[in-house]
Amino acid sequence: MKVVLQNLTKKFPSRDKKDRRDVVAVSDFTFEIPDGKLIGLLGPSGCGKSTTLNLLSGLQTPTSGKIFFGDDDVTNLPAENRGVGLVFQNYALYPHLTVQQNIMFPLQNLKGEAKLTKAQMEEKALEAAKLVQIDGLMSRKPSELSGGQQQRVAIARALVKMPRVLLLDEPLSNLDARLRLQTREEIRRIQRETQITTIFVTHDQEEAMSISDLIVVMKEGVIHQIGKPQDVYDSPVNLFVATFLGTPPINVFHGKVEGGKVYIGSEAIGSVSGVEDQPVHVAIRPEGFVLDEKGPLTCDLDEVEVMGRDITVVSKHPDSQNVEIRSIISADNKVDLSTGKVHFSVKNHKVFLFRKDTEERIYTDLV
Amino acid sequence: MEKNNWKAWLYLLPAILFLGAFMVYPLIDVFIYSFEEAYNSASQTFTGVGLYNYQYVLRDPYFLQAVKNTFILVVITVPLSTGLALLISVGLNSIKKLKELFQTVYFLPYVTNTLAVGLVFMILFKTTPYTDGLVNLMLSWFGAGPVDFIDGPYWAKMFVLCFYTVWVVLPFKILILTSALASVKQDYYNAAKVDGASRWTIFTKITLPMISPTLFYLIITGFIGAFKAYNDAVALFGTNLNTAEMNTIVGYVYDMLYGNSGGYPSYASAAAIILFAIVLTITCINLLISKKHVHY
Repeated sequence: MKVVLQNLTKKFPSRDKKDRRDVVAVSDFTFEIPDGKLIGLLGPSGCGKSTTLNLLSGLQTPTSGKIFFGDDDVTNLPAENRGVGLVFQNYALYPHLTVQQNIMFPLQNLKGEAKLTKAQMEEKALEAAKLVQIDGLMSRKPSELSGGQQQRVAIARALVKMPRVLLLDEPLSNLDARLRLQTREEIRRIQRETQITTIFVTHDQEEAMSISDLIVVMKEGVIHQIGKPQDVYDSPVNLFVATFLGTPPINVFHGKVEGGKVYIGSEAIGSVSGVEDQPVHVAIRPEGFVLDEKGPLTCDLDEVEVMGRDITVVSKHPDSQNVEIRSIISADNKVDLSTGKVHFSVKNHKVFLFRKDTEERIYTDLV
Repeated sequence: MEKNNWKAWLYLLPAILFLGAFMVYPLIDVFIYSFEEAYNSASQTFTGVGLYNYQYVLRDPYFLQAVKNTFILVVITVPLSTGLALLISVGLNSIKKLKELFQTVYFLPYVTNTLAVGLVFMILFKTTPYTDGLVNLMLSWFGAGPVDFIDGPYWAKMFVLCFYTVWVVLPFKILILTSALASVKQDYYNAAKVDGASRWTIFTKITLPMISPTLFYLIITGFIGAFKAYNDAVALFGTNLNTAEMNTIVGYVYDMLYGNSGGYPSYASAAAIILFAIVLTITCINLLISKKHVHY
């Protein structure tokens, strides 16, 4: 089932007595989610991603705009008739019901022709439980389960009625780091097996990058970029997207373009064509640095973290906007600590230029 | 652990002394009196030991009347008041405007002086030389009545007593239930909604089980409270409850001790022990049932 959002907007009335303007949680969203894909809504907290999810589930109604599931306009359809599965951040498992009863709950609400017998319900519940591998825990109560198991029950409950769209609200935020890795693979596997269009919300860019077919990067109710994770990472449209994606974060410098050359401080790191002279943000991915004695960029060396496969050079530069510059280089290189200085040249495709005023990307090829 | 034991006892001492002197000792005493025939508290004498007090009390028509009254009161008012309170608090919980106002209005009887309440009920029900009371006025609109609710037939008096009791216990139950309802997380309702549950299903399958511990607490305390009813009857029918056929078990105990026919601590003790046995049994049954139906 493809999902289409058309000019979707959600405003909340302001509670602030002095500032009467409405709060725009979701502003003019228009995009299409192809059938059977896994989409990550990504953004810092307060960016409207949970509101978007609530609009999709029908728990909130949009101020304006439309939502389509396939060709059906579901904008004004109440949540109970939308046929979506929703996994809540804190799972919202009914504490007084067993795992089996929890999973069967959506089936018991089916009406008319879709109504199932008890045996059919139990069979379906078991199927869903097997899919998330909790079929051995059917008679337990939620309080007797671990966080990861509760998560699986919540997913099974959302999946059991074969929803048209599966929505996950920060599905991994309540799990510990190890379980998080495991569960996100699990979500990916379940999504592939069921082929249900899945939309999940997260503030963790790594999580979104690792399992999504498409990511939607949002900030303050506005979509900044939609695309395949790697494409967004390799070609951010503005400074926000560039800084939000990637760990360690991208290194941003105050710079300028002058006479076709890109400067950081007084050091020219490359040339560009067709760009007017102007101050710019120069952003370089951590993996975009190359150790080079004759390299143009000279930084004050702080320390070297050896991680085995590669090493992280931590250094400082007067024009850096980050507190420290983190550059990841292959462990084959040797870093000379004695001078206190480190020299870099840059990989051209890992360097992005952004306008100082609008922070929009300046599309150009560094040579 | 062992070392700190005496400290623990020290902290418990004030409460133990107090409870022991004013709760446990009198309880045991009452139990003993109930087996001592014709105990006299002034001379501290009695004529014999046995089940005579129980035999007397259980044959006393006044006591049987009191038991009947108490049971009718319990059976009618406990389910009715709990059900009404549930209905009202669910209503209160689902409105947004004027919620606080209504909450205050429903809670007012709880903080109102009993005498003022008695006065209100007089206006509602009492027949005086000038008027038949507000309720009779309303009945007359439908061509019914007038009924003398205070000195009239048994069912009319019982109706007033039940009405009064329900009205008096309602505010507390509403207060407790509204806060119980408010503590059910919105996420559960949202989850149920997304899962296609109707409002009725959400109420019976989610809301009720979630507040069931509170509900059972109210039912159990409601039973105990209703079995101990006395002052409500006095407020409505005066102290001469036996003549009014409106006595309760606690009223009977009081009359045996201090009433016109007073001065019989042995009978009073026997009646009190019987009441205790009844309440204990009912509470145990309640707890057994609640184990099956209350979750968590």
